[in-house]
Amino acid sequence: MNPMAEITATLADAGTYARDLKKRTNGRTVGYVCSYTPEELILAAGAHPLRLLGTQQAIHRADAHLQTYCCSLVRGILEEALSGNMDFLDGMVFPHTCDSIQRLSDIWRLNIPFGFHADVVLPVKLTTASARDYMADVLRKFRGDLEKSLSVTITDEALREAIDLTNSIRAALRRLYELRAANPGRISGSDIHRIVRASMIMDRRRFLALLEEFLAEASGKDAPAAAKPPHRLILSGGVCNAPDVYGMIADAGGAVVWDDLCTGGRAFEEPIPAGGDPIERMADRLVKRAVCPAKHGGLTNRADHLVSLVKEKDARGIIFLLLKFCDPHAFDYPYLKAALDREDVPSLLMEVEDPLPPEGQLRTRIEAFLEML
Amino acid sequence: MASTGEDKRKVKAVKKMKDIMTTYYIEAKTAAQTGRKVAWITSGGPVEPLLAMDVIPVYPENHGAMIGASKMGVDLCEKAEAMGYASDLCSYARSDIACATVNGGPIGGLPRPDMLICGNNICGTVLKWYEVQARYFGCPLFIFDTPFCHTEFNDDMRRYVRRQVDEYTAFLAEACGRPFDFDRMKEVGRLSVEGQRTWQQVLDTAMNRPAPISAFDAFFHLALIVTLRGTQIAVDYYRELLAEMRERAAEGIGSIPNEKYRLLWDNLPVWYRTKWLSEKFASHGACLVADTYTSAWCGSLKYMDENDFLGSMAEGYSRIYLNIGVDEMADTVAAMVDKYGVDGVVLHSNRSCKPYSLGQYDIQRIVEERKGIPSLMIEADMVDERAFSESQIDTRIDAFMEVIRNRKN
Repeated sequence: MNPMAEITATLADAGTYARDLKKRTNGRTVGYVCSYTPEELILAAGAHPLRLLGTQQAIHRADAHLQTYCCSLVRGILEEALSGNMDFLDGMVFPHTCDSIQRLSDIWRLNIPFGFHADVVLPVKLTTASARDYMADVLRKFRGDLEKSLSVTITDEALREAIDLTNSIRAALRRLYELRAANPGRISGSDIHRIVRASMIMDRRRFLALLEEFLAEASGKDAPAAAKPPHRLILSGGVCNAPDVYGMIADAGGAVVWDDLCTGGRAFEEPIPAGGDPIERMADRLVKRAVCPAKHGGLTNRADHLVSLVKEKDARGIIFLLLKFCDPHAFDYPYLKAALDREDVPSLLMEVEDPLPPEGQLRTRIEAFLEML
Repeated sequence: MASTGEDKRKVKAVKKMKDIMTTYYIEAKTAAQTGRKVAWITSGGPVEPLLAMDVIPVYPENHGAMIGASKMGVDLCEKAEAMGYASDLCSYARSDIACATVNGGPIGGLPRPDMLICGNNICGTVLKWYEVQARYFGCPLFIFDTPFCHTEFNDDMRRYVRRQVDEYTAFLAEACGRPFDFDRMKEVGRLSVEGQRTWQQVLDTAMNRPAPISAFDAFFHLALIVTLRGTQIAVDYYRELLAEMRERAAEGIGSIPNEKYRLLWDNLPVWYRTKWLSEKFASHGACLVADTYTSAWCGSLKYMDENDFLGSMAEGYSRIYLNIGVDEMADTVAAMVDKYGVDGVVLHSNRSCKPYSLGQYDIQRIVEERKGIPSLMIEADMVDERAFSESQIDTRIDAFMEVIRNRKN
């Protein structure tokens, strides 16, 4: 099977994959909800980190716990747990993120009977020395919590190995993005979406091997000659659960060349620095990485980052893919748009939720936006 | 001639409160002329160090409540939406962000801030909201980051928040151009604790039957513990209010005539319908005798040390009602049910406030199971009237009161 086929097969039924992996390796699986989760500690504990990304099924069990004005990501994660689909998890990790995930953690703890439960109460402010020190304290506490819950010892050596692994994955994902940015015709947006998704779901070593194989093939391949070079776009938002969007963009003559997504650039752009104590290095990365809007990394960091991405990647426009009821992103949108307007970068706002609205609606808006470019 | 029942029921302190708030807002709005600095601060934020430095604290959330109560919320919310803010965002934030650009609302906008103080112990929304205002006004922003206490407030958290207290006093020294006044801080800290204690005693008078004060009254009298916490004015006012409430309790004067049922309110008020809701429940002989909202300003008194305010405020400000787990919130509600002799719980599912509202279904279930009392969930919003369906809520309250009546009789 070629790497993309294996990835696609995995994602077609991620739940079965995760169950099989657990059985096959006689291992343990720890779920998590946010890209600030210190995956390295889970890996160093000998467990498999599995990011939960909502549900594709209709939400009804979660209605007993969460109002409809909670985003579909949070409602979907709870739905998956309540429906029993996640009962193979040995534990669940909730980093402090937004108001909704904060309450999801409580509701999970009170209603989901399986697995251990860990809150990783990260600082919200990332700009001070005290916050940086607290970040390291939080990581050390999580290390202790994991050791207790999984009855293991997490050695510095194992942690260093885990850091090497996640850094290699980050570097490979960056190469993948760069390859696409250099020639968008070479790798489709939906393939990239699948690969990024798989990076949070598959056995990490297997995933890295597949990605390396994919990169070797893709970099050797000539790009198909395009009749007309596509409009280069950047996606910005939270979790992207909408692979169809890539197809719609391509059909309309656009190509995504980079992103500022929680399931994308923000998660892999910043490596864990080399050097001393592994916990301190991890803390350094978490305060330095491209910031999630639920955290404070300064007043204009996100706009600066977006504008510099546009320039660096030679993009012609930005599509904001925002999850309905996601407050942190919705608060940032007006100032991000204003910063782009100042630079004459056109942008389009698409509010999405699971399940996506009828395809025609999104398609028409994407087409209209690309025509305007 | 003896006064009528309704005259008797009027709370005398109301007039005084209105005067105090008017003076306070005039003082704040003329700060530029009098050379005093103005800080915008979140409702759960650490105000006491500001008072110690003679900075006038101004509360956008209190302003939001005023906008809601004067039914000016929809207009301002729509303005914010035209600025690009999604209609699902907090209506306090939307009103305030729009108001700052047009100086609208009931008092013609808030005075321009010299600094912004954001305590995220109430929500993540205030962080985003204050970032917006810091960009708009171009003034310094201090974030008081209180880690969320799902199940504990541990030593790592204590150390982190305590260090921020020092960063805060240093920030104020810098912003005011003079050393932080630790002597005055001691006095302000004592007054703050005294004010909170007295406010709790005022709320406690609702344990009497009939309750001399209702949650709807408390929504009004709350203003000072939010805005003037740490001043002698607040302490004096609440002492006077306490005396009045105790006198009413002794005379058997209730907040509503013929109190038959006692209910608890959860979440922020529906500011544009407090009178309607109050009268609606009163028409059924139901008094809202307690609420989780107004008691949030004295709920963490147990962690405060009036002789070491700065030292204890790390914990006091971190462990407030909204910064704790759903189960601890349910415990708090259950304890209030016992304390105030409550027959049923009314929960306001408030589209504007996710940390308050998400988890309410579980709180509702836990309290119903543990206390064996019925509850009612009302879907609304604190400021945005578009989220309020009067006929639907009217019918649901009638049905709920029917259940309460049948159980009591």
